[in-house]
Amino acid sequence: MELGFDKEHILLRQMLKEFTENEVKDLASEIDEEERFPLETVKKMQEAGIMGIPFPEKYGGEGGDYIGYVSAVEELSKACATTGVVLSAHTSLCAGPIYEYGTEEQKEKYLIPLAKGHKLGAFALTEPNAGTDASKQETIAIEDGDDYIINGSKIFITNAGYADTYVVMAMTDPSLGTRGITAFILEKDMTGFTIGKKEKKMGIRGSATCELIFDDVRVPKANILGKVGYGFKIAMKTLDAGRIGIAAQACGIAEGALEETVAYVKERKQFNRPIAKFQNTQFVLADLATKIDAARMLMYRAAYNKDHKLSFTKEAAMAKLYASEVAVEVTNKAIQLHGGYGYSREYPVERMMRDAKITEIYEGTSEVQKMVISSYLLK
Amino acid sequence: MKIVVCVKQVPNTADVRIDQTTGTMIREGVESIINPDDLGGLEAALRIKDQHKAEVIALSMGPLQADGALRECLAMGADRAILVSDRAFAGADTWATSYVLAKAIEKIDPDLIIAGRQAIDGDTAQVGPQIAEHLHLPSVAYVNQIKYDKQHFIVKRMFEDGYQKVKVKTPCLITVLKEINQPRYMRVQRIYNAFREGLVEVWDNSNLKIEQENLGLKGSPTRVKKSYTKGVKTAGKVFDVNPKEAVQIIVDKLKESYIL
Repeated sequence: MELGFDKEHILLRQMLKEFTENEVKDLASEIDEEERFPLETVKKMQEAGIMGIPFPEKYGGEGGDYIGYVSAVEELSKACATTGVVLSAHTSLCAGPIYEYGTEEQKEKYLIPLAKGHKLGAFALTEPNAGTDASKQETIAIEDGDDYIINGSKIFITNAGYADTYVVMAMTDPSLGTRGITAFILEKDMTGFTIGKKEKKMGIRGSATCELIFDDVRVPKANILGKVGYGFKIAMKTLDAGRIGIAAQACGIAEGALEETVAYVKERKQFNRPIAKFQNTQFVLADLATKIDAARMLMYRAAYNKDHKLSFTKEAAMAKLYASEVAVEVTNKAIQLHGGYGYSREYPVERMMRDAKITEIYEGTSEVQKMVISSYLLK
Repeated sequence: MKIVVCVKQVPNTADVRIDQTTGTMIREGVESIINPDDLGGLEAALRIKDQHKAEVIALSMGPLQADGALRECLAMGADRAILVSDRAFAGADTWATSYVLAKAIEKIDPDLIIAGRQAIDGDTAQVGPQIAEHLHLPSVAYVNQIKYDKQHFIVKRMFEDGYQKVKVKTPCLITVLKEINQPRYMRVQRIYNAFREGLVEVWDNSNLKIEQENLGLKGSPTRVKKSYTKGVKTAGKVFDVNPKEAVQIIVDKLKESYIL
């Protein structure tokens, strides 16, 4: 799909392809096997300017746009979905809301180092009892002079432990429901803020997914993002944008699996010919390629809308819903075409299938995306 | 310090297929890349810039689409990009090409000129040293290390079986091997800025004012008489044995082929 890409997007993709080929691809199975966070890759991404693509230069960013940023998530995820999500959580979920809702002081202090990639970001909404029903926040922030004191915990937080800056949702007034939720910017070194249990996951095993624990964490009022009571709104808007990143990750996983499979079916011989010569193989590949292209169209349309300040909530939900389903289907069929070898860890499609599943779950399950989409139809 | 880096846009020969009937390259659908040795040259210049103050100017002679290669140079870190392009330059051999480039370089007046050793499409390795001849400058070819030391460059000049360390005074020309370094990635910010209007300066012959008889085909003392694809050789076999056994194997093989 070259539709709507400018020359700089094409040149950016060329750079990202080279970067992924040289720096990411060979590490993918190792960090999966060892469940190791790819800190060395993050450093290289920082040097190339990949950590702050959509932010203006005056805030330490690269002066690019969302299309450029999601193409980075897509290209990285072709080889390694872990690396894709490290970038996505950092950019859309942490630097993104600080750019959108932060004060000049907050941008100066937090956005600039994030956009430059000197610091890594994370976002904390989910709690043990607040998943899809994110309004049931049990993390409490109580006003105390010029500060708030935060107590509670978060789970499944991407980049936790490696991130320096966290956008954290907490209840400031339980009587107000979702309007009682406030967003705070936390630093990893704040007293009382610790990283808890690290999850053992099915896929994206190199990414750090941990519990956050807040034990009387004193946060200055200057670190409130947006206004008191606006946290839920900020979280939902942030996730709208984040979903385009996850759709890009899903597209990347699917494209990577298809590329691997195309190469494999040309090599693998059964019944005296490459299995690419069988019509079953050809038809499956044709279906998968078509679905991937459709998913990419949805994903880039959502990114285009965001770049052009058009509404993108429904578009992002559609893109994520469809792209994640496509990623699951493509990786599943990629293994089928690989046969027994595909089930073995010798070939990357096994990892890709495990990685694909999460895209149907995080930043809103597929069911949540359907709720969002149908709300536009039925309003 | 002013450094000119000569770059050529070439077809990615890794993708090139040969038309079996005409024996020529099928260029259609083949992506264009910056010649790998030249990319090493640009990185070498940028490393000098990182350590000492320098202005890096990427210079290319070619059709207007070579503009793409120069934008890549800007995205990597070049400060200026100049495309020397004129219909009158078409069909130039290495002499006429190096003459035009030398005239352009004369206008820039750099302290150092870096060129790639050779281009993967022409493979002559002549243009770099020829530029130095036209400009009456010292040149060192086949370099895989450059160090700057007060008005001098100390370079490592490679041979098949060793190397020479050469001290060369500026201004000078150096041709480098792609093995000299690992080129950096284009920087995202520079990619977004690389397509601004007017960023690549285009010079035609109205800027350079070169005599017509020294341009293009007319100015080229050499002509390609015939080009053809070499027949495919079968893969060789390696015998890792002592010299005595090796001699015996060679003698046997020569006898097998009725040469002995």
